[in-house]
Amino acid sequence: MSATASRPNDILADYDQGLYYDELFGLRDAPVDHTALIRQRLSSLDFEDLRRRLQDAERELYNLGITFLVYSNKDAVDRILPFDVIPRVISAKEWAHLEAGINQRVTALNLFLKDVYHDQKILKDGVIPAELVLGNANYRPQMIGLDVPFDTYIHIMGVDLVRDRHGTFRVLEDNGRVPSGVSYVVENRHMMQRVFPDLMQDIGIRPVDNYGHKLLEAMYEIAPHQNDPQVALLSPGTYNSAYFEHIFLAREMGVPLVEGRDLVVDNDRVYMRTTDGLARVDSIYRRIGDDFLDPKAFNPDSLLGVPGIMEAYRKGNIALANAIGTGVADDKAVYCYVPRMIKYYLDQEAIIPNVDTRICREGDALQYTLDHLEELVIKPVGEAGGYGITIGPRATKAELDDCRAKLLADPSNYISQPVVDLSVCPTVTPDGIEPRHVDLRPFAITGKSTWVLPGGLSRVAMKKGTLIVNSSQGGGSKDTWVLEGTAP
Amino acid sequence: MSLLARYAECIFWMARYMERAENLARILDVQETFARDTRGATNWLSVVQLNGDEKNFFSRYDKANAESVLHFYMLDPQNMNSLIFNIRAARENARTLRPWISTEMWAQINVFYNRLNELSPRDVQMPNLSRACSWIKEACQTHTGITEGTFYRDQGWYFYQLGKYIERADQTTRLLDIKYHTLLPSPMDVGSTLDVSQWTTVLRSAAGYHAFRRVYPRGMTPATVAGFMLFNEGFPRSVVMCVRQIDGVLTRLRSRYNLRRGSEAMERLDELQAALLSRPIEAVIRDGLHEYLDWIQQQLSGVTDGIGRAFFGQDDLIPSDALDVVNGPAQTQVQTQSNI
Repeated sequence: MSATASRPNDILADYDQGLYYDELFGLRDAPVDHTALIRQRLSSLDFEDLRRRLQDAERELYNLGITFLVYSNKDAVDRILPFDVIPRVISAKEWAHLEAGINQRVTALNLFLKDVYHDQKILKDGVIPAELVLGNANYRPQMIGLDVPFDTYIHIMGVDLVRDRHGTFRVLEDNGRVPSGVSYVVENRHMMQRVFPDLMQDIGIRPVDNYGHKLLEAMYEIAPHQNDPQVALLSPGTYNSAYFEHIFLAREMGVPLVEGRDLVVDNDRVYMRTTDGLARVDSIYRRIGDDFLDPKAFNPDSLLGVPGIMEAYRKGNIALANAIGTGVADDKAVYCYVPRMIKYYLDQEAIIPNVDTRICREGDALQYTLDHLEELVIKPVGEAGGYGITIGPRATKAELDDCRAKLLADPSNYISQPVVDLSVCPTVTPDGIEPRHVDLRPFAITGKSTWVLPGGLSRVAMKKGTLIVNSSQGGGSKDTWVLEGTAP
Repeated sequence: MSLLARYAECIFWMARYMERAENLARILDVQETFARDTRGATNWLSVVQLNGDEKNFFSRYDKANAESVLHFYMLDPQNMNSLIFNIRAARENARTLRPWISTEMWAQINVFYNRLNELSPRDVQMPNLSRACSWIKEACQTHTGITEGTFYRDQGWYFYQLGKYIERADQTTRLLDIKYHTLLPSPMDVGSTLDVSQWTTVLRSAAGYHAFRRVYPRGMTPATVAGFMLFNEGFPRSVVMCVRQIDGVLTRLRSRYNLRRGSEAMERLDELQAALLSRPIEAVIRDGLHEYLDWIQQQLSGVTDGIGRAFFGQDDLIPSDALDVVNGPAQTQVQTQSNI
């Protein structure tokens, strides 16, 4: 970087962000102001010292059991989410923009859910194809006509954001079912405070440690009665890969972490088994998907759930967060319509745009997709987990032909997007400090109103060049600093 | 705040497994003494025999020598009497309990287990055995200290105490039983050099040697040692001392937390307490110490069952027929006839 190449022992001297937007430097050769002090402090560090601090941090994460379970052969192994000590920094101004955008999005999605489980106006007005919603596997007819407190369905929302080459944040995906990762946001901050107090001093970073408190507040708000309601967190159990997060949240809220076997439904009321017999439960933050929540109402084979809890929910005797049936709002196909949804319900433009997405059921979009196949990512809407995706620039001629044929045969099953050049952030690697791609998942809590945790989980692709930030693919995480300051 | 029945059970068993592990380390440290015969030769098979582990042992090892026997009791994850098995079980319970116990308790058990898991077979062989046993013992004691200093004092604390003292009383009876009956000396051997050295070893492994000397400066007889370990009011590992603690805890659970379900366990315990106070050690030995120890173990096991029925949710209405599958195998007090 020309801006920092002056001193010989500057550890950022040889850093090259390439053609990407950089979270610490900004656009190439136009360093952003808000990170100047942090860059200066980082520059003066010794690389070996940095590595040592990183090792300390990772050992501590392992010892404290801030881990997720990975299954290999028959053994379950604890793994830490690889941690990087160079923070990802967001200015007060950028954050004000993101916060407003996330608020808007959560509001629209909740209005959408209320609508599709009641009057279905948006479908009748033809803004979203009815079969896309009503025929969706995650649409739950059990929810039709049921009112939920404050019309809030998605109490906990995680929005996956990416930043393109120009520095524009875009929504890549909504997570409105059981989003995870927030524990790492808080624990990463604790870790930074322990290993890097000198880097953080006097920077003015917005705190993240009141997430549990905000979550508990929302759980109280939605409880069926306000006379000291009993809140619990429902987990699939110790062998769930996100068990650490369940522990973390139960502890932060100070509520029992229960499993399905701890709960009993009697006369449409929910109880937990205690040392003193059965005790009433009023409000449950559940970390179990709809399918497994109640074998009587959904998947009959589920051993994780609580038989009869859906009926207790329908009777209004128990609050559940998130509500049942939110999966229809964070669906890949429905995602494309969220900007139109925002326009329809709120009469506003989306503050944070989607990644440009073409819905191939629409003629123009299909034609454009067919014409630019080799530049685009083509995704089937019905599949989950990245299955069936064709990445144009990397596909062979035969694969492109195959994709073309499928598109023509069933255009409404596909969407297409340009390849997004994820932004990068300086990251400690065995070969020195190098750029690695990052995304951002902020979290929003909604009871009566919406609160967005300042920051979020910055996931980082630890492998050179790769765009995949998922932990299952060796992705790691960074602390995310939202700077204090007055919003414009 | 109410305590989940399942948590109470996990706390109880975490305490038991940790206590059991500490006792294992104590005994493993000195077991070479038990493997020595009158001529000073070492017979490792006897260690397996006196634990009644022959079947289990020979299903996986060809012959009993220092290497195989130490591995079996230290690092064999399939042996329920091994250190690694017990620390692993303690850690699994602690993992479940992480929302409830202190972060420091969890971190210490987690690091302890990971460290144990990294031990190589060489680390637990002579001459390294003693060093390994002593850090394991220390790690168990660190757990005890961290627990004392950080575990929030509510119901959970009492269930922890219950597990710890029941296990400790049980271990003391097993230790005594090994010496007194599996290595049953012929009348001629009583008072021999080997006999005295083995009784000394028993006392040392329970950290009671010096206290015993203070109480009985004039001499060591089987009766005085057995009496000390069963009935002494000041020795922290005596059965009487442990039973008193259990009694106090059950009483406080009732008075402080209004848990009225523990009466069955209380009754079994009262029976045990009365018996412990009713006869001098000479009478106990005359009528058969082994049978007496066996009866104490059964009473303790009865108390455990009573606690389980009262507090661990085993008696609540169970609406789902799938519950047995969900719950998986219950934790177990199964131990072979004698411990090491």
